[in-house]
Parts: sequence; structure tokens; C-alpha cells
Amino acid sequence: MKCGVVVFPGSNCDHDVYHVWKHVLQQEATFLWHQDETVKDCELVVLPGGFAYGDYLRAGALAALSPVMAAVKRHAAAGGLVLGICNGFQVLLEAGLLPGAMRRNASQRFVCSDVWLRVERDDLPFTRGLRAGQLLRMPVAHAEGNYEDSPQRLDALEAARLVAFRYTSPAGELDPAWNPNGAARAIAGICNPEGNVLGLMPHPERCAEEILGSTDGLAIFASALDSLRTARTPRTTPAARAARPERAGAEADAGADLEAKAQVASR
Amino acid sequence: MTGIESATGAEPPVTEEAARAQGLTAEELERLRKMLGRDPNHTELGITAALWSEHCSYKSSKAYLKEFPTSGPHVLQGPGENAGVVDVGHGWVAVFKMESHNHPSFIEPYQGAATGVGGILRDIFTMGARPIACLDALRFGEIDAPRMRFLIDGVVRGIGGYGNCVGVPTVGGETGFHRCYNGNILVNAFALGIARRDRIFKARASGTGNPILYAGSRTGRDGIHGATMASESFDAESEAKRPTVQVGDPFTEKVLLEACLEAMRGGAIVAIQDMGAAGLTSSTFEMAGRGGTGMVLDLDRVPLREPGLTPYEMMLSESQERMVVVARRGQEEEVARTFRRWGLEVATIGEVTATGRAELRWRGERVADLPIRPLTEEAPVYRRPAAPPADLAARQAPPAVPQPEGQGGVLGALERLLGTPELGSKDWIWHQYDYSVRTGTVVGPGADAAVLRLKGTAAGLALKSDVNPVYCALDPRTGGAQAVAEAMRNLACVGAEPVGLTDCLNFGNPENPEVAWQFREAVWGMAAACRALAVPVVSGNVSFYNETEGRSIHPTPTVAMVGVIPSLADLPAAHFVAGGDRIVLLGRDRGEHGGSAYLRLLHDIEQGRPPAVDLDAELRLARLLRRLVGRGLLATAHDLAEGGFAVALAEACFGRGMGATVDLQGAGLTGADLFSETQARALVACRPEAAAEVLREAEEAGVPAVEIGAAGGEVLEMRTGGEVLRAPVEALRERWATALPRALGL
Repeated sequence: MKCGVVVFPGSNCDHDVYHVWKHVLQQEATFLWHQDETVKDCELVVLPGGFAYGDYLRAGALAALSPVMAAVKRHAAAGGLVLGICNGFQVLLEAGLLPGAMRRNASQRFVCSDVWLRVERDDLPFTRGLRAGQLLRMPVAHAEGNYEDSPQRLDALEAARLVAFRYTSPAGELDPAWNPNGAARAIAGICNPEGNVLGLMPHPERCAEEILGSTDGLAIFASALDSLRTARTPRTTPAARAARPERAGAEADAGADLEAKAQVASR
Repeated sequence: MTGIESATGAEPPVTEEAARAQGLTAEELERLRKMLGRDPNHTELGITAALWSEHCSYKSSKAYLKEFPTSGPHVLQGPGENAGVVDVGHGWVAVFKMESHNHPSFIEPYQGAATGVGGILRDIFTMGARPIACLDALRFGEIDAPRMRFLIDGVVRGIGGYGNCVGVPTVGGETGFHRCYNGNILVNAFALGIARRDRIFKARASGTGNPILYAGSRTGRDGIHGATMASESFDAESEAKRPTVQVGDPFTEKVLLEACLEAMRGGAIVAIQDMGAAGLTSSTFEMAGRGGTGMVLDLDRVPLREPGLTPYEMMLSESQERMVVVARRGQEEEVARTFRRWGLEVATIGEVTATGRAELRWRGERVADLPIRPLTEEAPVYRRPAAPPADLAARQAPPAVPQPEGQGGVLGALERLLGTPELGSKDWIWHQYDYSVRTGTVVGPGADAAVLRLKGTAAGLALKSDVNPVYCALDPRTGGAQAVAEAMRNLACVGAEPVGLTDCLNFGNPENPEVAWQFREAVWGMAAACRALAVPVVSGNVSFYNETEGRSIHPTPTVAMVGVIPSLADLPAAHFVAGGDRIVLLGRDRGEHGGSAYLRLLHDIEQGRPPAVDLDAELRLARLLRRLVGRGLLATAHDLAEGGFAVALAEACFGRGMGATVDLQGAGLTGADLFSETQARALVACRPEAAAEVLREAEEAGVPAVEIGAAGGEVLEMRTGGEVLRAPVEALRERWATALPRALGL
């Protein structure tokens, strides 16, 4: 199964994702250049961590406008798997593939640390090898991972069960002391209603080998591989479609997203 | 010589005063005049002043640095290039160097520290190596000193802001606090890269007619005189030097890194060097100097950030993220294409000549014409007058050592030591650095040595920086040797055999005989240790003039050592990992307290001779540790350093919150000696069934060893001097973990 790792100028976890897919899972991997106009024939596209375009303007804002993102959007719309990690998650938000926005960490500092994550969805192509409620230990490393959206939209996100991972204590409880960035509702990762696009701040590629102290992250890549093997296109269940939050049309929504982001960024 | 035009109509005249303002002495100006057979113009004076600055020329240190052993079976490149290169096996080489950014960081901490990281990273990828790890050795003043919280915060943010963005993990380092740095902090940045053995690039311009390319950021007016500024002492005017501090752009660095490594794969590059201190001047002159060639530069083609820069400003700007590349003639477009693909500007600005001279042209005129080798390879060398400090005997007089009585006795003293920013946890700092990017970090910050895996092999690299400035102030020779020995001991704790070291020698004003003496002594001590322990010095940096208003810092010769671990399969932790593991103390205490943390931090005594360095004992201990780790016998290995046995034992308990019960009657440790800093000691722990074998190996290696107890439980319990001392690990850990944020008022 072929994975394309997007390389924006400033991506710096591209090699790490490539390594996991190619050398740990022994699958075909390739890099997609930010100016590419297709995702070639990749079945999984990963937007890796880093500082795409230096995070100038806002994290992910410029990357979202690059030619490859148009191709990634088409891939996602056709049901293809898209995974955004850290900066890649920020790009997905800016590109409108996932709702919400990122603020600076509540501490106003970059934070690099291991965190505990509670799996909220085990029925996604990326989480089918996990159990809901299961705890994972994973590294985070970011300055802007404080997920935010309006209360109404957060409620809609929750109602649609689009939260995939939350930060918790080692006992699996919600606890502000164990939320590394102040994210609303301890959100560490979310998916789209169809479940084929996932964004998360923690770095599963950094904990996918025993020698690095944990293999908790490997399950996410292994789940994606498993999904691709079982069906070349991921399932879109009627339930997932029904759970889609109300939308007044894709165009208007994209406009609202941009506006919400501008507000968040100006705070 | 004729035809050297004044670059602008209104250039300042070249006088002794003008020379002095740029850091050149009257004798040096005269030397330049003789060399040229005429008066230099303003541009030529500026170029010479930069090249002959202490920072670029090493004129006060060169004569002593020859003492260092610089070759060995693993060394492919010693000092003299952008970084040293050692063979680490499996077809890989490690390329590493450490450099200071003290002066800029004191003036503008964020940008000063950030560009320190940027500069050292460029030194590594300039050699064709991909940077995979950084260390930072930081020395701050007392936290309550003026500006100090601002400096600490700015330096830490700057290091993180740059390294995190480029995507090179910061895997370790050290942070110290002492009042001697109140007016002059130290920021020493180390970087290490790896490359295939046959893919190393050097900075030797060769091939007459080969084009000289400029790639990266445009040239602006920032950082002009940075190298000269770094070669002066601080005074009340230093604040006005803020414009001499460069501004970093880590995003450009990251794309420059990728573009350089990609361009180097193509085979069209002859030589490459970054523009660091003294910018275009040092990069071009050093490349031509090493290659024994000359060059013509057409300054009209230098990409500028703003119009109107004079040749003087262009040659001395220290704008960051710029490279000079010598390409094979006819293949420059191939190189340029790669840089442009990464969104970088590239311009051909000149070509290599056979004249041995640097000729600069601008607006149809020749604005400078200088001989290269006399200015680089034959720069002035000084043996400064050296004399020991007048109060040396008083400094070294044996101190009275108060026993830890009252205020909780031994445990109270231990708790207070662990609660100082000096010995407390540095988590607050390193959690702001990305230490796990690149998925190579097997052991990150906070342990004895950082460990990186070499992907595709079973082997790993170990890195550690060390120096004890208090020891160095009391006896620089012993202090210099101790820094080398401790770094090796730290590497041995993870089973690593050293393959080389780099250093960053931070001292005061070398024109002060006492400082010159400190420097000479420290270098002798380091050199003796390097020879005895067979660790070559492959690169390094000297930072003089670390003084403010006449007060020098403590001599601070920071050492960063690199070692190879044959297999990462049985790596011990620096902390206790399993209840029941038997604890063995290696090495024997001699009750040495001179310069100890116990005396300094609890009793404000900084006196005596530092602990003696027994290089044979260090070598025996390191060999033993490597053998024990290699045989997979150890679960834990942690060296004894500042704070001695008691602090090391407590630290070993903190990693997993696991206690220990030890009986110290056999080891003869009581009272203040629990904090003695005798060298060549380490704590190890192993499964009970391996204990006899560990003791047997120690005996065979000639290392004193005593089994003192076992790990387990939640209490640290010591039987010593007829007493049983007990402290909950969590209470001690809390003091230790919160020490730094508490002191910072966070």
C-alpha cells in the first residue's frame, strides 16, 4: 500500500513518517512535493509535522494554499485516507478539511513532552486496531496546539462524534493538569464525518518502535494499512453520513471557517 | 599599488584611531601597511580587522591549542575545517562542533541564542552532514541578578525557537548558575550531524575560473561588526551594540539545509562554506586561504535586502542563513536550480583565481585588493604574558568543612541541595525544546549522556557536555582535566567509547595575565586528559573577553564528547528501574570538598583544591562500565558528580519514583562526605543474580566496588554513621522537580 508524505518547505517530520511506513511497516512510501498537482497513486496521504512555510501568517495558513493541497482535497473527497500530524493537523484546519482552529498553547511556550491520550473512536480507518477508552502514551511537540472553536460548533463536533482523541491523566480522566496546551474539551485529534480524514497534535510516528520507548503510535499507521488492505476505499457508513453537522453549503462554510480562524488568530 | 578607489566619496580616513575603533592595534595596522606596501582603505581595514579579530583569528589561543591531540584512528578531519569528522562505523561519520554565542546572547538573548544554534547547524551541513542532534551548555548568573530572568527566558526561547523549527532535536546539555556570569552569560551551542564516510565536503576553494555562488538570505545591515564585538569586553555601552546582533530565520535555515544537502548529491559543488562571523569576508577568505587560491568578487551581484549598502557593509554584514558555494565551471546552473527549487535566491558573485589575492569590484571600480594567506593563515599570533592570580594560595587553602548538623542534618542538606536551581531538575528548560523529532532519540535530556540510534544498525551515538567552572577557578589545570574525564565517565555510563571531543573555551580578557594563565593551565589540563584517555580534539571554539567592567567570568572550558555504543540492546537507565536490583558503588571516596556544591551552595564557601583527577582511575572505571554495559549486566548506571554520592543516589530514585535502601558503613560514607566530590565514581544497579559477576568484573578491572543495598519501595533509606536516615522519594523529588520554576518565580 502506497503512502505519500507531503513535503512543504519547512516540514520536518516528513522523514520520520516515511521511515515508519517504509521501514517499520515495510510498505511503499514516497514524498509528495508541495507543488505537485496530484497525489500520484497514493492511497494514504500524510501531512507531517514541522513548520510549513515557517508557520508565517499562521501555522498552516500558507501551506493550505499550496498546489498539492488541492490534490489532497480531491483525494479526501474521493474517500482517500488523509492523516495530518501536528503541523499537518494545523494545515488540515486551515484548508477547511477539518473544522476549528489552533491558538498558541495556554502556557505561551513550546511544549515537548509525553502525554496520555484516550481513544474516543475505534471505528475509524486510523483507529480500528484500538479500543475506545484505551490509553496511549505519545509525544507532543508544538507551540500552537490549543484547539478552539465556538461553543456551538464544539457541541456539533461532539454530537457528531468527531473527537478521536483527548488528553487525559494516566488514569484516563479529563484533568486540566494533563492537558498540555489548553485545548478546548481536551481535544487532541478530530476526524471528518466520513472518518477518512484525521488530524491530531501528538506524534504517532515518534512512538512506533520499541527502541523509542513506546509503540503506541504504530497502531494508527497499522490501522490505516489494515483499512487499505480490507477495502481500497474506506467505509462511509450511513451513520457517519447522518452524523454530519449541519452545513449551509460548503462554500459558505469555508468562508465561516476562515473568519473564525481570523478571529481566533487576532485574540 | 594603484587603482584602489575609495568605495564611497565620504569614507572615513584610515588612521590609528579608526583602526583601534575596529579592534586593530597600532602594531597590527602597521603590519597590514607593510603587507600591502601602502595604506589600506576603509573597506580593507574593516576586512582585516574582522579577520584578525580574536573571534576569527584565534590569535591569543592558537599557540596553546597546539597542545591538544587532534588525530586518532577514528579522526577523518581535525580542527581547521567548519567541523570535525570522526568515523563511527557502519560507513557513517559523525560531524560535530561547539561554538559560543555569549556576547550577542547577553545583549539580545532570543536572537543571540537562536542565531548561535543557526550558526552551528550551518557548520555541520556545510560539511555535507545532516544535523541530527544539538546540545546547549548554558551558564547564567544568579537568578535574582538584574535582567537575569529575562536572559534565561530569552535564551531558552531562542534555542527552542530556532532548533525546533529546523527540526533538529535538542537532546541535552547543561545549565549552571553562578554570580560570575551576572554580567556575561554563556551560550555554547553544539551540533552533530551524520554523513556517509565518502560524502564529506570541505571548504577549500579550488579550480581557477570556477564560479563563486551566493545562496540564501539577502544581505542586510544586521550584525555588522559582530565578530569584533565578540572580541571585546562588556561595559555600560554594550546596550548600544544591539544592532550588531543578527536576526535569525529558522525557516530559511531549514530550506537552506535541504537545498545544500540536495545540491551536494549532484556532484557540481567543489567547496562550500556558510557565512558566519564576519560574513562574506571570512567565508570567502577562509575558503581561498585553505585552497591556496584567490578570488574576484563582483559586489554589484550580491543580493541585497535594501539598496545602498557599501562594500564595507556587504563584506562585514552578518545577515544569517547565507552560503558561499564554489561550483564546477559550467555546472553552476545545476546548483542554482536546486537552490531555486527550495525557494532560495542564488547569484554568481565571482570566481576563483590563481592570484592568491582577493579583489573586490563594485560599480566599475576595484574597491579592495588584499593578499589572502597573510590575512588568514598568517594572521598575528600572540603569546600573552601569563601569571597566576596573587591570591591563588588563599583560594586553594583547604576549607573548613562544616558537618551537616541541625536543620535536618544530612537529609536536610540533601533536600536543600536538590532544591537549588543548580542541582534541581532542568525539565522546565528542556521541555521547551523538541527532543524527539527525527525519531533518533533513545535517551533524551536529563540523563547522564544523550543516546541516539544510528538507524539501520544496532549501534548508537552518545553525547555529553561537561565542565565545572568552580573547579576551574580554583585550579584551571585540574578543572580542565576534570571536564574531559567527567564527559568520558558519562559516556561510559551508557556503554559508549569516546571517539572525539569538541570544546568551547570561555574565558575573560586574555590581555589580563591572570586570564592568560587560566587559559594556558586549562588547556594543559584538558590536553593531558585527552592524551591519557585517548580522546582527540577534532574541533572547537575560543571565546575571550567574557568580562564586564573588568570582572572576568570563571574559566569555563566546556567540553562536548561523542562516543559510540556498539549495541543499544542492553542500555542501562540513569535511574533505578526494578525493585530488588542490587546497588553497587564503584570508586572510593577520598573526602574531597574543594569547590564542592555542598560547600558553595549551602555554606557559600568557594575554596580549596578541586577533587584530584586520577586519569588512570578514570580509564579503569570507564573500561569497567563499558564492559558491564556491553555484557548486559547493568539495569542502572549513573555517575557521581556535583553533590557527590547523596545527590547521585537521590537522582537515581527520581526517574521512576523508586526508592532504595543502602548501608554505607562498608563504604565509609558519613556526614559531609556523603556530598564529597571525589572523582572516578559511579553508582550501578543490577539484577540480584548478576551482583557477584559485577563485583568480580570490578575486582578484575582494579576498580574499588562495594555492594551497598537494593532498589525498591518509595523511601530513600541510608544507614550511615550509626543512624538510619529515611526520606520519602516523592518529597525529595518534589523539591528537585520544582527548584528551577520556583527560583524563576513561575
